[in-house]
Amino acid sequence: MSLLQSTQFRPDPSTSTTRRALLRAWPEFQNPAAWLVALILVIMPLIANGFFLIEIFATTLILGVIALSLMFLAGYGGMVSLMQLTIAGFAGYMVAVFGVSGNANISLGWPWWLATPMALALATLFGTLGGALAVRTEGIYTIMITLAIGAAFYYFTNQNWAIFNGHTGINTVATPHFWGVDWRTDIAFYYVTLGVAAICYFAVQYVSRAPFGLALQGVRDNPRRMAALGFNPNAHRIAAYAFAAFIAALGGVLQVWNYRQISPGSVSVGACIDVLIIAVVGGITRPIGPFIGALIFVLLRTFALDVLIKLGLDGNRFRLLIGLGFLAIVFWSSDGVIGLWERWRRRNASSTQRSGGGRHG
Amino acid sequence: MLKSSLGLIALSSLLLSGTAFAQEKIKVGVTATLEGTYTVLGEDGMRGHQTALNVLGKKIGDKELEFIVASTDATPDSAVRAVRKLIEQDKVQILLSPLSGDEGIAVKNFAKTHPELTFVNAASGAQETTYVDPAPNFFRYNMDGAQWQVGLGKYAYETKGYRKIATVGEDYSFIYTQVFGLVLEFCGAGGQVTNRQWVPLGTKDFASVIAALPDDVDAIYLGLGGADAVNFLNQYQQAGGKAHLMGGSIMIDQTILSSKGSAKNALIGTIAASGQADTWEDPGWQKFVKAYQDSFPESKRFPSPSLLATNYYGSTMALILALRQVNGDLSNNQAKLKDALAKIEIDAPNGKIKLDANRQAIGTNFVTEVVDDGKGALFSKVVKVIPNVNQTLGYDPAVFAKIGLPSRTVPECKKY
Repeated sequence: MSLLQSTQFRPDPSTSTTRRALLRAWPEFQNPAAWLVALILVIMPLIANGFFLIEIFATTLILGVIALSLMFLAGYGGMVSLMQLTIAGFAGYMVAVFGVSGNANISLGWPWWLATPMALALATLFGTLGGALAVRTEGIYTIMITLAIGAAFYYFTNQNWAIFNGHTGINTVATPHFWGVDWRTDIAFYYVTLGVAAICYFAVQYVSRAPFGLALQGVRDNPRRMAALGFNPNAHRIAAYAFAAFIAALGGVLQVWNYRQISPGSVSVGACIDVLIIAVVGGITRPIGPFIGALIFVLLRTFALDVLIKLGLDGNRFRLLIGLGFLAIVFWSSDGVIGLWERWRRRNASSTQRSGGGRHG
Repeated sequence: MLKSSLGLIALSSLLLSGTAFAQEKIKVGVTATLEGTYTVLGEDGMRGHQTALNVLGKKIGDKELEFIVASTDATPDSAVRAVRKLIEQDKVQILLSPLSGDEGIAVKNFAKTHPELTFVNAASGAQETTYVDPAPNFFRYNMDGAQWQVGLGKYAYETKGYRKIATVGEDYSFIYTQVFGLVLEFCGAGGQVTNRQWVPLGTKDFASVIAALPDDVDAIYLGLGGADAVNFLNQYQQAGGKAHLMGGSIMIDQTILSSKGSAKNALIGTIAASGQADTWEDPGWQKFVKAYQDSFPESKRFPSPSLLATNYYGSTMALILALRQVNGDLSNNQAKLKDALAKIEIDAPNGKIKLDANRQAIGTNFVTEVVDDGKGALFSKVVKVIPNVNQTLGYDPAVFAKIGLPSRTVPECKKY
């Protein structure tokens, strides 16, 4: 259970104060399952070959990071932003534009250590500005504004040839190469991705329990009361957008390094909604949710066609299988896979020991 | 005793080697646009591929070909993802990919990261793919979009007497290449292209495009494909459009001509150019059409193969023939196969095809006119056949290089 830190603040009454403070901040340290998952992720290159390592696990981690930024906004801030993938794509485009690529007439050819921070900074700025627009609205209007930003960016990249190279996009984007290591070789890239995903995961978890995160959850639950207490709800929300934009930008940089190319298809409206699906399927109540959702999404996307053909059905209908899979998950659990698992744990706990029940508020 | 046991050993080793050979397979990955705007094109491409297998068989000496299909949606991202899946998960040794223009550019660039494998282009037709910085292991047996327009400009100017035209096209590399070919020839003959409109791939609502079409032109050139083309025709007809039309290679194609509804009737009499003509008399073409029709029940195919089916047929054919030449030998980073592919000259249904130094096809082009066969089905009737069309369209390579790469505004409307 404690692998999955809930968005709801939960004190644990059983330990000494310093230990309790530590455990409150990092509850996964006391859970053997978390250590096991971490161990498996670290030794993954020994288990999985290139395809599973990159196309499944690294891709899962990248999409998970992007969806994590949405989970942060939606879970802690109550703001469903559909532009997280757009921010990621913007960062990817900026890496391609400032860095080195096959389109010499567009790319400025900066080294990666200059181009990447520039891309992250610009994407964070872009996300913050988008957030500043969106915070004036709530609920469905936030969704609409952020979707509009995503759609506008998609059509802009599709038709702008001076910077974004239109529908063709930017090909052969250079990847970092330093300390004698080509960081785009499968194993090195996997570890880069894993490192970034871990940092983002712990950062989100830390922020969610830092004063800023608590205030943000307060803003989510009752903005008027928070304003009366002297907090500035809009400033908190914009800061949350900035933080989420930075995370999404990291995911975007990894994504462009992964495929070595970027084109409008990467930032299409469909892809924006994919990120929402990932977050919802995984569950937006805990930071681990987006990663679980991303794994399910990537597995379905990759193998649905093969499964249908194996079953002797028309492979052309594989999108249907993907849709049905998501429908099933959302139908049986409105808070995603995390919710399913939580309920299962709770049922187990209450049947074995009475005291285990009722923990979840 | 000794003799019989020797015989037994010999027999068993023969059997063993027999099974070992029978199991040796050459894995080929195929991609087609089975999603999105170009779904219909991808499906017919796969029919062409299947027809080639029915005609030529899957045996390469004592090895057998195994094909693994992956789907894309005409965006470069989806193509790279599909190709990577085929290589890394399915361990294919040869790629037959991709279908669409920008996919081709992305896959060509990707091919450079796998110099040991062989990539045979399935149907994509952007000029840049083989013209700019070509990959040594990427082979294209279909002509590019500009080559497919050869003859149309002159025919429109000289025979039809069109002097001023406007173009509407999808906003990506293949259509740029098509318009490039058209404009070079039409303006070279003395015509004028007054207006070029570009719409995003996958556009559903053409109202603003139709409203902006100029009235003072002799004809409107349409460079659309798949669902976009059908949507445009429907809305154009509803808006009462009556201009003369000219069509690109995937516009005047069975993927559109055999679509449901009456909107396609706006295309009767339209002139176009393409790498094929539905009613060509050539026996090789007729044989291919027959093989295509025999391979699928009538409800599951077009009356006659589309350009995509022909391209997939041609590329599959080139690959199988080259593999047979080298007896399926893929050793030494497939060097023998690549050599054979570069030199092979195939008798494709749409005329002889050979490759140039950039591994780009030199082939035959057709100027056509859409006719009704009297039973409601539309076909493209050949009006002119132009053999030996190369990638520089007959221009001196130095002059051709000066024109620039196809884009929204290149080439200018002038005589080069």
